[in-house]
Amino acid sequence: MTNDNVQMWEKLDIDMKPHAMLMTALGPMYQEIYLAQENRPEGMGFYDMVVGDIHGIRVRELHEHSKTGGKVVATYCVFVPEEIVWAAGGIPVGLCAGTQFSIPIAESVLPRNTCALIKSSFGFKLGRICPYVQVSDLIVGETTCDGKKKMFEILGLHHQVYVMEVPNKKTPASRQLWLDEVNDFKDVIEDLTGNKVTAENLKEAIDNVNRRRQALKRLYHLRKVRPVPISGKDALLVTQVSFYDDVKRNTEMINKLCDELDQRVKAGGGVAPADAKRILVSGSPIAIPNWKLHHIIESAGAVVVGEESCTGTRFFSDLVESSGDGLDAQIKAIADRYMNIHCACFTPNEERLDDIVRMAKEYQVDGVVHYHLQFCHTYATEAVQVEKRLEEEGIPLLRIETDYGDEDTGQIKNRVDAFLEMI
Amino acid sequence: MIYAGLDAGSRTIKLVTFDSAVREAAVTETGVSSLQRCRELLSGKEYDKLVVTGYGRHLVAPVLQGEVISEITAFAVGARYLFPECHLIIDIGGQDSKVILLSEKGTVQKFEMNDRCAAGTGKFLEVMADTLEVDISEIGNLALSALKSIRINSLCTVFAESEVVSLIARGEKSNDIALALHEAIASRIGTMVKRVGIKEKIVFAGGGSYNKCLGKLLEDKLERNVIVPDAPQTVGALGAALMAKRGIKGK
Repeated sequence: MTNDNVQMWEKLDIDMKPHAMLMTALGPMYQEIYLAQENRPEGMGFYDMVVGDIHGIRVRELHEHSKTGGKVVATYCVFVPEEIVWAAGGIPVGLCAGTQFSIPIAESVLPRNTCALIKSSFGFKLGRICPYVQVSDLIVGETTCDGKKKMFEILGLHHQVYVMEVPNKKTPASRQLWLDEVNDFKDVIEDLTGNKVTAENLKEAIDNVNRRRQALKRLYHLRKVRPVPISGKDALLVTQVSFYDDVKRNTEMINKLCDELDQRVKAGGGVAPADAKRILVSGSPIAIPNWKLHHIIESAGAVVVGEESCTGTRFFSDLVESSGDGLDAQIKAIADRYMNIHCACFTPNEERLDDIVRMAKEYQVDGVVHYHLQFCHTYATEAVQVEKRLEEEGIPLLRIETDYGDEDTGQIKNRVDAFLEMI
Repeated sequence: MIYAGLDAGSRTIKLVTFDSAVREAAVTETGVSSLQRCRELLSGKEYDKLVVTGYGRHLVAPVLQGEVISEITAFAVGARYLFPECHLIIDIGGQDSKVILLSEKGTVQKFEMNDRCAAGTGKFLEVMADTLEVDISEIGNLALSALKSIRINSLCTVFAESEVVSLIARGEKSNDIALALHEAIASRIGTMVKRVGIKEKIVFAGGGSYNKCLGKLLEDKLERNVIVPDAPQTVGALGAALMAKRGIKGK
């Protein structure tokens, strides 16, 4: 922890004592979960460096951007169209909300039976322990669940918050509502940054974000190979970091990693034995540094080869396909792309079931682990449909409900071990 | 060759040694050091190969040079050995309860575990026995002597305990309260059975199966006979010993 960092955190009004505790806890945890893995691709070195200075390097870039009048827009969800922020010269960052650390702080205000993701994100602001939140000029929320919706109202008492309305159905009227929301969001971002979104700058932003999506698709495609060239934990980290890293640099890093993995695949090398059980994880988002489930599964000798989640394929599987020229056509293309995310906030959401089945086959999985956070009603209840569908398809399923705490690690291990013995 | 199966549970540790049949079986309290108790239990015992199951398996196995197997597989194998016709296993242990559905071949097809809290476990009954001032071995008989049925709404041990306290304060008899508590557990297990699907024959194992009232209530709820093995606590350890003999695939 450099002095420069400390000075910057003080400027960002970070509560230094708990923040120091958080930073101290992260190191050994990363060592145990990540660095202790064998046979890691060299390309992961970049990510080790980023996590090693998780509240330093990138925050500094954002802070510098701020100092010159640039705006930072923080988000929690894959529905917020980041292209618009980039186009207007702002920088979007996906906030993490993946640690138990900020939860007790949140529970001093929010009901305890709220999902860990909501509590964690709120606690970071209330406790002033996340420099990404502190450096942001605006937090953009969305209405993908009731808990978040109400939390954003309270968060608004502590930070500038804007909420986008994500509809719950995919009818023509819903699509129109969402298109209007995207247009309104453009206005909000233009007001915030003082810059106009034009067909030119939006095209560049769309291309940049699409390139990152393609890079991530390439990475996930490589995970379909047996033996798999990269661990599930490492691949998950790549996706998690993509939420807050610079889009161009990140694309370059992912592609570099993929070049290495290509070589590995050509040489027949893998990170796990060819007969290691292959698992698809599906469900609630797995925000950094929530590596609990992947760590349990991979410590049991299996390998996670895909994530059907917002920190997985839902983040990048569709590109923005702008058919026509002009701003209106681009905005429409953006709205269409985001409406095609198969989030459990939609009803019905059959497409997600299709995605899981398709991925299970494409990634040659032995079983699916459905993961949902406790009190995440949308994913918990949708799991019933997932179970029914996978049973029809003859794909084994294990349902895990958990949160960010460690106290149920033993129980989850039990279930995972039994599941791996079963499949 | 002699095969040893050790079930390092949260409340008790169980050992079974096996050659062509069960040689011996033993049960001891887990206490504060699972490893120490396992060593004591194994001392002086002859065996060639060891497989460890139970909650403490990952802690104990590396030290004792054993292999590990999950309790789910261990119970499946143990119950099938004792009852070749068995298709459904209900285990009420000290810290969790589980329901396991077996295929025709005896492999695990589906399972449900209740392990996030003490609800529906032996621990739940232990706490309640304390509140009702009876021994854990007696609470089942106390419940069987109940004359009327009351409903306990909370399955959470902490909430149920305060509910019991209110029932005592209301003047309800301890046998009626005991029955209500057993019904709450049976109902929880019944829901788990519904999730995996019901299939005969049903074996009821684990420490909880010593409780006659639970067995009876489960039979009522499931409308099926429920078989309790002679040594219900050591089914998992037996399964582990059998896995030692069979050899654990892929490990």
